[in-house]
Amino acid sequence: MTPERDPPFRPMAVLLPLRPREPEPLPRVTTRHGLLFVTAVLLIATVAHAQAPDAPAAAPAAEALTQAPATALTVIIKWLPLLMKGFLFNILISVLAMALGTVAGLMLGLAQISQHRWLRQFAWVTTQFFRNAPWLVLLFFAMFMIPYQFTVFGYVIPFPDWVKAIIGFGLPVMANVAELLRGAIRSIPNGQWEAAESLAFSRNKTLWLIILPQCVKRMLPPWMNLYSLITMATVMANLVGVSEMLTLTAEVHAAEGGRPELLAPLYGFAMLCFFIYCWPIDRATQYLERRFHVKT
Amino acid sequence: MKAPIGAPAAAPWTPDQPIVSIRSVRKSFGALEVLKDVSFDVRKGEVVCIIGPSGSGKSTLIRCINALVPIDQGSILVENQEVNDPALDKLMLRRKVGMVFQQYNLFPHKTALQNVMMAPIQVLKQNKAEVEERARSLLAKVRLTGKENSYPGELSGGQQQRVAIARSLAMRPDIMLFDEVTAALDPETVKEVLVTIRELAEEGMTCILVTHEMKFAREIADHIYFTDRGVIVEHGPPEEFFANAKDERTRAFLGQIL
Amino acid sequence: MDLLAEWARSLYETTGINLSYIYDPWDRARFLSGLWMTIYLSVVGVIFSLIIGAVGAWAQSSPLAPVRWLVNAFVTFFRNTPPLVQILFFYFGLSPLLPRVEDPDGMMQPLLSSVQWAIIALSLFAGAFNIEIFRSGIEAVPNSTKEAGEALGYTRLGVYRHIVLPLALRVCLPALNNNLVNLLKVTSLAYAIAVPELLYVCKQIWTDRQNVPEMMITLLVVYVLLVGVLVWGMHRWERALAIPGYGQGGVR
Repeated sequence: MTPERDPPFRPMAVLLPLRPREPEPLPRVTTRHGLLFVTAVLLIATVAHAQAPDAPAAAPAAEALTQAPATALTVIIKWLPLLMKGFLFNILISVLAMALGTVAGLMLGLAQISQHRWLRQFAWVTTQFFRNAPWLVLLFFAMFMIPYQFTVFGYVIPFPDWVKAIIGFGLPVMANVAELLRGAIRSIPNGQWEAAESLAFSRNKTLWLIILPQCVKRMLPPWMNLYSLITMATVMANLVGVSEMLTLTAEVHAAEGGRPELLAPLYGFAMLCFFIYCWPIDRATQYLERRFHVKT
Repeated sequence: MKAPIGAPAAAPWTPDQPIVSIRSVRKSFGALEVLKDVSFDVRKGEVVCIIGPSGSGKSTLIRCINALVPIDQGSILVENQEVNDPALDKLMLRRKVGMVFQQYNLFPHKTALQNVMMAPIQVLKQNKAEVEERARSLLAKVRLTGKENSYPGELSGGQQQRVAIARSLAMRPDIMLFDEVTAALDPETVKEVLVTIRELAEEGMTCILVTHEMKFAREIADHIYFTDRGVIVEHGPPEEFFANAKDERTRAFLGQIL
Repeated sequence: MDLLAEWARSLYETTGINLSYIYDPWDRARFLSGLWMTIYLSVVGVIFSLIIGAVGAWAQSSPLAPVRWLVNAFVTFFRNTPPLVQILFFYFGLSPLLPRVEDPDGMMQPLLSSVQWAIIALSLFAGAFNIEIFRSGIEAVPNSTKEAGEALGYTRLGVYRHIVLPLALRVCLPALNNNLVNLLKVTSLAYAIAVPELLYVCKQIWTDRQNVPEMMITLLVVYVLLVGVLVWGMHRWERALAIPGYGQGGVR
């Protein structure tokens, strides 16, 4: 009996396989939790509602109407069309930023696996730079560093703030997509490259016909997650003067006499809008992740 | 060293009584009844092997003995103490009953020596120097001198399983449970684990084994129980059991295995 | 230091590149205090978010269903709403609902300052993600390993402390690493409630000095450096916790 003869490093059955690094762990939620959340929001609204009549000094104008001052709920209902318009603008920004960032990011990601050394290094530095900078700083960067108009061949192309905001949000999307693509390409087993090469595929053909199609599936869930994040980030445009939902929320608040107890429900409503939009995306991401995980 | 009896109500155990006494035990997982009225006794120093097709409730039965799985009905006495008692001091029970698992279940973030030392220090609050000395001698006993500072991931399956045996022995149990301890091992490392178990048995340790190693069971066991679909179909001393099994199911099983 | 200041000044005079925070003592003080505030927010936020994560992950395994729902609702809510609105909601929405306290000068002040609100909001936001990360780590520890601990006489808490947590921590370090980097980046949102952190002071400086491009580049470089330091530290920690024989090729 010679235990030393045993080869070490047997696979251990002690820890379950690690989850992959890219997909974020997602919560186990049911519709019940959504309901719970809605109740919580309503609760907050009711608190504000209950407090409203106690603050006549804060809203003498409303008091003069001889009725109870407008409650949070009635204010939100009254301004709903405007607020929803603002929200749709946020969605528009997010979709365009995502489209722009994805296209740029795919190019950057491909540059990272380029055979030209300098191109690869430039792409790597660019990716790291835009990936590690705060999104708000990048937004400021785009706002201040991009001129308000370009002149090309005598044509003046204006760059309004919201276009610059799209570019500002597109920058981090680009860096993250580039990183996703690189990770996905690296996760394809080497055997695939070798098999394609043995079948006389050129490097480009291998990449476009064999590797990249396999990457799509791996990239989809984290890409959706990124979209959800960028959608939630669009409210930052408010800080650089783009008139989106939060700006309108502040304006509505001012129009209703600026009562401080209205702020919680108004911001709560903004959160609700984003929640209703982002939560299904989150759930879908989670679903796809699980489905793909089983298959691969 | 005898562990003191925890529950004062229980009559003190004397060596002439069964050390483990199982009476009419029933256990279901949902609609699936895995144990249907199982009863048997184990005496001190006895080596008992439980064999049977997979899914026959062997592992569940052995897990019930140290209360890892609660039973639905019946009674399990360990040294006259009821295991199926909510007021039971589980720590007392687990000191008395050591268990070794199919998948070794070593703690991967601790070295072999630390794995053996953890429970005596953290659970029994024993003196560290004393525990370390004992742990080193236990590792020597299972022939792993020189592997004290290896992590489980650096050891072979057979080596890991022997660390797991040493880890259980460090608690100074009166009874050892072995749950298919060789099932996950490569054939060439099975032997070293079986040798360790046989040495333990020869020293007079009470052992209850669930195993698929028929040859080993025949060699080592004082008594063999054959279970199928939650009941004990047949039992007896090994010579008798293997030579002329009476029940049809037993013969079919042995026919497949041997 | 003087040499550096001299260089920055001559750089300004010769090229027009105005790094005022190097040669101007007032700007330098502002810049450093902003940098310090960003580091302070990050460190305190990391600590609180880790505590929230550990407690939340533990509560998620509670036998009481309402406790689990509450934790799940908390996580779902904070993951799916914009962090900026969370901060604004806390600072503008909740702060007025709290009582005011008298400061030493006899003035009525809000109970919590904007810095404190920023820490609360950021910790809750990052904590919600940490709960998920810790949970996935805890789930990666198989039942059989917990069972082995139980068979050795450990209590439920003992198993959690000595066996599950050390293992779970190692499993979830890469994801935790990502989230803490994200927390550091998100501290810039405190700008919105006038917390004088790095972005805020840089904006003050570029408003005064009209040196937007210089400050922009500086900001990006400083943040990338800060993230670099954090990532480097986390990787060292990861390596220190690595178990020989386990996880080769598993984590990356």
